Amino acid sequence: MGRTLAEKVWEQHVVRRAEGEPDLLYIDLHLIHEVTSPQAFDGLRLAGRKVRRPDLTIATEDHNVPTVLGPIADPVSKTQVETLRKNAAEFGIRLHPMGDAGQGVVHIIGPQFGLTQPGMTIVCGDSHTSTHGAFGGIAFGIGTSEVEHVLATQTLPAYRPKTMAIEVSGELPVGVTAKDLILAIIAKIGTGGGQGYIVEYRGEAVRKLSMEGRMTVCNMSIEAGARAGMIAPDETTFAYLKGRTHAPEGQAWDQAVTYWKSLRTDDDAVFDKVVEIDASTLTPFVTWGTNPGQGLPLGASVPSPESFDDPVARSAAERALEYMGLAAGTPLREIEVDTVFVGSCTNGRIEDLRSAAEILRGRQVTTRTLIVPGSMMVKKQAEEEGLHEVFKAAGAEWREAGCSMCLGMNPDTLKPGERSASTSNRNFEGRQGKGGRTHLVSPQVAAATAVTGRLTAPADL
Amino acid sequence: MEAFTTHAGTAVPLRRSNVDTDQIIPAVWLKQVSRTGFEKGLFAAWREDPTFVLNDPAYEGGSILVSGPDFGTGSSREHAVWALQQYGFRAVIAARFGDIFRNNSTKMGLLPVILPGEKVEALQTAVEADPKLQVTVDLVERQVRWADEVVSFEIDDYTRWRLMEGLDDIGLTLRHGDDVAAYENGRQPWLPTTV
Repeated sequence: MGRTLAEKVWEQHVVRRAEGEPDLLYIDLHLIHEVTSPQAFDGLRLAGRKVRRPDLTIATEDHNVPTVLGPIADPVSKTQVETLRKNAAEFGIRLHPMGDAGQGVVHIIGPQFGLTQPGMTIVCGDSHTSTHGAFGGIAFGIGTSEVEHVLATQTLPAYRPKTMAIEVSGELPVGVTAKDLILAIIAKIGTGGGQGYIVEYRGEAVRKLSMEGRMTVCNMSIEAGARAGMIAPDETTFAYLKGRTHAPEGQAWDQAVTYWKSLRTDDDAVFDKVVEIDASTLTPFVTWGTNPGQGLPLGASVPSPESFDDPVARSAAERALEYMGLAAGTPLREIEVDTVFVGSCTNGRIEDLRSAAEILRGRQVTTRTLIVPGSMMVKKQAEEEGLHEVFKAAGAEWREAGCSMCLGMNPDTLKPGERSASTSNRNFEGRQGKGGRTHLVSPQVAAATAVTGRLTAPADL
Repeated sequence: MEAFTTHAGTAVPLRRSNVDTDQIIPAVWLKQVSRTGFEKGLFAAWREDPTFVLNDPAYEGGSILVSGPDFGTGSSREHAVWALQQYGFRAVIAARFGDIFRNNSTKMGLLPVILPGEKVEALQTAVEADPKLQVTVDLVERQVRWADEVVSFEIDDYTRWRLMEGLDDIGLTLRHGDDVAAYENGRQPWLPTTV
């Protein structure tokens, strides 16, 4: 019987297999940031251990960093960032600090350097590590104990998850994006639907996505409960990688491509679960509740809790509507927002900024609008293309690179009761600041919403 | 980590689903660089509500959290596990857990117990009727027991053994240093380094 892509990549990385034990898996790349690493480095020091492969480890500062120029004002954030600098220096790890040309959100910088390649195993103390699976590797988030384990051994003991295929047939209609697709998938299978699985996204609509769109899809796998999501590499992947700083060159490139082409699910392979979705039926998607599974097409209305048969879903909807300050039956297009955020590891790449700029060109925003490039390299490219001028002319704020308003760890937050349309990945209670209310949207919907002040699709303008 | 064999105590019913790790420990608490003091941040936003279950004196001292499904979804922050443990919880019972949270728990000795949804509800109802109800989470027998109820749960042998012995994963892996070195010698030559 044939093997799935996930099985192929997994098997390639098994260091040791013994009856009744988890596999010991080799890790090709370990990404580090300031939030989930300090206690891991402390653990190494306590035990007198070294980092086994600093040359397979890279660090950046992203979660705490302010997105306006200047030092970190919050002393606690400052200490955390300084702790990372100290640890990186002590253990010999390459770090991209604030202000460095390579600095950015951890999941943006791996791909942009060409460090993220097909068939690799990649981990990071961050659940959105699933992003890197877009290149056809196995990439997943880990906790601090596992960060310490990878630092010390460059391996992780793990049981191979089951495999799920999400088959996306048809083509995404014009104006419908990778973000809409993944929000629709999460709404379909639920926040727990992917638990215990590695998801492989397949089908015509997925093949037609750009690398950046694929990253957006894989990024939110965790929002459907799956630790890892992946897409088989193809010409789109190779074209994206070619010429990047850490991509192979010359003969090594040819060798690599030959191998990468074998990284696809065999025709006779069997997935543990298959989910099908028709891309051609999709429209712009937004969330109305407090988990990413609580989403609907923008043309719908806020659902009534009574419309849910499952009592757990019903009470979750009741709580969500109360927190979100929404009345059942309100058309989603009538929801007014105070803030629009374009950025994050989900939608902070150049294509995201281009699509937002296209909508804002020649228009004015009517709400506070933050445009935050995912990395300094994205920022530089956007400025070379003049996108920053478009944003500024529209009245939006053009910021420095960082996680920004995705998670309430830096100065970019919502105030209690404020409502955002956000291109980030989580609409949890308080995620963007205590008491803040989040609607997850695509960059296009975010930009159109910035113009009208209500949840809006570009086609409505 | 702390070994876990069997634990008897009182329970706290948390009648919510999708308890994401942002609720368990809000992001502002993640700025700490130490491993201690997270109990103050546990469910920090929800605890501002005087009717929240952890503010109910009837459940004071509860050491087993009984939650709705999809507990620990979202962020990979292990701080969520630390916060629960430092507050005094030894086990969390739910019908479904976020994968990363469940994994982090087993690295720290906080036992995540998966029971069928109707059993979780039955336990929540029993605890609400009698907050002093003694609940036993028995990893040796793979059972949760209360009143006349005995409910079995599944956990793989290896994780169970590690939890019962309180073993440090890194120490176990370092025994296989030769295997790791041998694997490294055979890695594909084009794989990138960060240098």
